[in-house]
Amino acid sequence: MLDELRTLEERALTDLAAARDESAVEAWRVAYLGRKGRLTLILRSLGNLPAEERRQVGAAGNRLRETLEAALEEKRRALQAARLAAVAQRPLDVTLPGRPVPFGRLHPITQTLRDILGAFSAMGFEIVEGPEVETDYYNFEALRIPRDHPARDLWDTLWVDLGGDGERSILLRTHTSPDQVRIMERLQPPIRVVVPGKTYRHEATDATHEWMFHQVEGLAVDQGITLADLKGTLEEFARRLFGQERQVRLVQSYYPFVEPGVDLAVDCWICRGNPDPECRVCRGSGWLELLGAGMVHPEVLRNVRYDTERYTGFAFGMGVERIALARYGIDDIRHFYADDVRFLSQFR
Amino acid sequence: MRVSLKWLADYVDLRVPPEELARRLTASTVEVEEIVRRGGWEGVEVGLVVDVQPHPNADRLRLATVETGDGRHTVVCGAPNVAPGQKVAFARVGARLTDPHTGGPMTLRAAKIRGVESAGMVCSERELGLSDEHEGILVLPEDAPVGTPLDAYLGDTILDLAAWPNRPDLMSMLGVAWEVAALTGAAVREPDPAYPEEGGPAADLASVEIQDPDLCARYVAGVVEEVQVGPSPAWLQERLLAAGMRPINNVVDITNYVMLEYGQPLHAFDYDKLREHAIIVRRAREGERLTTLDGVDRTLTPEMLVIADPAGPVALAGVMGGAKTEVSPATRRVLLESASFHGPAIRRTSARLGLRSEASARFEKGVSPELPPLAARRAVQLMVELCGGRAAAGLVDVYPRPREVQTVSFTQERLRRVLGIDPPPPVVRDVLERLGFRVQHVQPDRYVVTVPPWRADVAIPEDVAEEFVRVHGYDSLPSTLLSGSLQPHVPEPLRDLRERVRDVMKDAGMQEVITYSLVSLDLLRAVVPSEDLAADPPLRVVNPVSLEHEYLRPTLRPSLLRTLAANLRVSDTALALFETARTYHRRGGGLPDEVETLAGVVAGRRPDRWGGPSDEPVDFFDAKGYVEHLFARLGVQAGYQPAEDHGLLPGRTARITVDGQAVGWLGQVHPEVLERFDVRGEAYLFEVDLRALLPHVGGVPAYRPVSRFPAVERDLAVVVEEAVPAERVRAVILDHRLVRDARIFDVYTGDQVPAGRKSLAFSVTYQSYEKTLSDEEVDRAQAEIVARLAREVGGTLRA
Repeated sequence: MLDELRTLEERALTDLAAARDESAVEAWRVAYLGRKGRLTLILRSLGNLPAEERRQVGAAGNRLRETLEAALEEKRRALQAARLAAVAQRPLDVTLPGRPVPFGRLHPITQTLRDILGAFSAMGFEIVEGPEVETDYYNFEALRIPRDHPARDLWDTLWVDLGGDGERSILLRTHTSPDQVRIMERLQPPIRVVVPGKTYRHEATDATHEWMFHQVEGLAVDQGITLADLKGTLEEFARRLFGQERQVRLVQSYYPFVEPGVDLAVDCWICRGNPDPECRVCRGSGWLELLGAGMVHPEVLRNVRYDTERYTGFAFGMGVERIALARYGIDDIRHFYADDVRFLSQFR
Repeated sequence: MRVSLKWLADYVDLRVPPEELARRLTASTVEVEEIVRRGGWEGVEVGLVVDVQPHPNADRLRLATVETGDGRHTVVCGAPNVAPGQKVAFARVGARLTDPHTGGPMTLRAAKIRGVESAGMVCSERELGLSDEHEGILVLPEDAPVGTPLDAYLGDTILDLAAWPNRPDLMSMLGVAWEVAALTGAAVREPDPAYPEEGGPAADLASVEIQDPDLCARYVAGVVEEVQVGPSPAWLQERLLAAGMRPINNVVDITNYVMLEYGQPLHAFDYDKLREHAIIVRRAREGERLTTLDGVDRTLTPEMLVIADPAGPVALAGVMGGAKTEVSPATRRVLLESASFHGPAIRRTSARLGLRSEASARFEKGVSPELPPLAARRAVQLMVELCGGRAAAGLVDVYPRPREVQTVSFTQERLRRVLGIDPPPPVVRDVLERLGFRVQHVQPDRYVVTVPPWRADVAIPEDVAEEFVRVHGYDSLPSTLLSGSLQPHVPEPLRDLRERVRDVMKDAGMQEVITYSLVSLDLLRAVVPSEDLAADPPLRVVNPVSLEHEYLRPTLRPSLLRTLAANLRVSDTALALFETARTYHRRGGGLPDEVETLAGVVAGRRPDRWGGPSDEPVDFFDAKGYVEHLFARLGVQAGYQPAEDHGLLPGRTARITVDGQAVGWLGQVHPEVLERFDVRGEAYLFEVDLRALLPHVGGVPAYRPVSRFPAVERDLAVVVEEAVPAERVRAVILDHRLVRDARIFDVYTGDQVPAGRKSLAFSVTYQSYEKTLSDEEVDRAQAEIVARLAREVGGTLRA
């Protein structure tokens, strides 16, 4: 019986050495160590032997099992090492492209709008929205732009025919400023909001003009709000959007619903101190006009029954397309709504 | 307003160069849109032609002797119009001129022309860069001072100022002079409109009656007799031209000149053509007619204000005079009008008639009633001086409800509240006084400010604060941040949802587009049946930019399909586009309903492993994949029912519902619709009403513990009628208490199943929270499911 085991060991090790791959090794394992393998069968037949011989043969059989299992493990390692070595012999072309992952994009105006709103959110401004189709009252009258006043010429209006009678009382909002009034009617100070949205003007389209565009309105009303706060808040905004070293400049302007009224420009972040007439951002002026602003006119506050002895406020309004043109260096505003994917796909 | 700096220098010393002045005006007053320069000549001066002789060697040339400040110079001259006695522009050798051939700069050199030395040149307008005229020399006015550098005599710089709707004063030289004074520290010199009043009392010569004082606050009339109507002197004509106005005759030119000077529009009537020399200011009567100075016969309405005599209208108040009473060369006596008309009425009239004038452009901005007598006196003075007129004594001044001189009273505290700075009272006073305000500082901290007549726009303390800060300089303001309490959060759940939806669609791989809110009727008709358009007409814009953009869109579909079509022409892989925007719908009353909507469209061929186009076109389930992805992200359980909708292909269309409520559509775009957009192949579209979806959107997900016991997976293939929706079968399976999940992995129709039936293969996950499931328990559960499937959906196990 012990001889039989010795013969088995020799044959098993010879067979294992001859195995060329994983499947041959597995076949070998089944043949010798499997449930019906040769060694298993021998060990199972031990019951017929006398006790002394059964002990000897059993011990030898178990040693043989351990030997064969160790040999199997070693063989498997050798095979794997050989296989991995073969991989290195035929490496992957790692320069081939990976499998595509879906890659969507937001419109550059959405991206710019979000960056603008994000800057104001961080300064505690709430984001609210209002209707695009608006009444003459909110768009003009409540903002001190009466009918038959030349201030109306500042906003060329698209009128909406609601009743079919051509009566001009409903319009596409020409700016987001009507929402100043709507918000103040709804809420009491302190107010700190920004209002994004589409706006519309009766305007011929060219490289710098669109009849549909986006604005962000801002409004802060509370006790003790000053023009210096307006300047500081917008300077902070400009720095968040265009870089920490930006400077802002206020110049005189006129909007009927603010007093004083100003326009705010930011220094050009491309040509800085050396204005370049070819500069795509500032066209050589060194400054980019960013927005119109001012202190909310007391009459507007009175229109919403705020106590003008207690409260002051500032308001501002900016064109999103204008800012997007500048930050991406786009040459023509008409690209935005032509919706050519070859254009849009550049704004990741 | 075109402001000639040469003219402006009459009223205020110009202490800074034009560029710096323009910069200060832009920063503090109004934008200087352009700086137009005339001149810049060097070595050119005013000369007198004393002699002209023929050139000894050339028929077409002559020798002109020109006297200048320092002697006589003989030059060769080719101009046909040169003659003794003329004042001319004489250029010395070395002068900087414009090359008449190239238009570029040139330096005049000494030259011998046909054997005669020329000591300089008599210039044409072209050589001076004034115009293209070079046929003859420029002949200067007779009073041009010989020897004066031409640049000093003729050179000028014009600042072209933009206009603010509330600042008529910036349409006047004096108004601009006050600004310049404030910005440079110089003093303003106002004209002194004194003149000899040699005629009879004006009140005896003319009468004025204001019948509608609401539209005419004040009417001042002056009378000048014995006027000689003729051309204005050259200096006056030049100034009008510099301002962009055409000289007509001295009387009319004076009215325009004084308007430019004071900002107060004036009108001159031929006194003898006014019936009874009577002025009546009244509303026009229905159907009254008037031929205006431009020769147009106009029909008037009662909302228009006219100047009439007893026979009828003679002028359109504040807009334009009438032809009948126009000042002509035969005019001997002039009635001068200097009045204050109601701005909105003037604007309405000029808009109604499509007739804008220099006068109406000023009146509509609100001209102060304090100005008319000042401007009237100035004009009469000039008519006396320049037209040889004899002025009547005094003026007729009808001012029914005299306004008090405008004052604004405010405290230092108010300034601080608005501006955030605390300027010393002497500084405030100085700035305001430089602008022409009178300032009374009442201790301890109150100011009483008297507003000058040309600044009717300043009425409240905030206005004065602006006056101060714009001149003092915005750079003087510190930058401070808001410090008060924050306002409570203002929830905008629909906006939040829309922004989430944008992110989800973007992350799923779609490209966002933004298309115009206004579309053409044709575009709408391409996707909406005309019955629907007739039953619920889209909202129309009365004055669209173009017919392409006339209607507020009730659906995003046509815009999206058009965008798809344009991009398919240039793209070979799949396109997946989406837009979130409002659609507009009529409702009972008030403003239309604006519905936040998501729409997406998918077309083209799916990408292959390399990202290039594969052979597989996208299908319904690509579009549905995006929709399901969205709802999964939002925690929404959506259902899909076969349905029909216009523009979508029946049999390939589903209504999307959530909790039984319709929230949108999903389907294949009808090929006939696609054809209208020139698209071949297939396109799939979805549309979700975000407002309808909002109440169903899940909040924070509720955590469920993961079962500690192992899950068991079993396959289950069910054969049902083809018409049975897979989701119904799945619902039955999922309903079993031990089923955790059921995922479809195959749909089969063909030889292996009976005709008209399909096999749905599910991978079903069984799991309990209480124990490890035994094979027997799973077998029993699966048998229970099979029994229910047989009962409820007619399903049989696939053999």
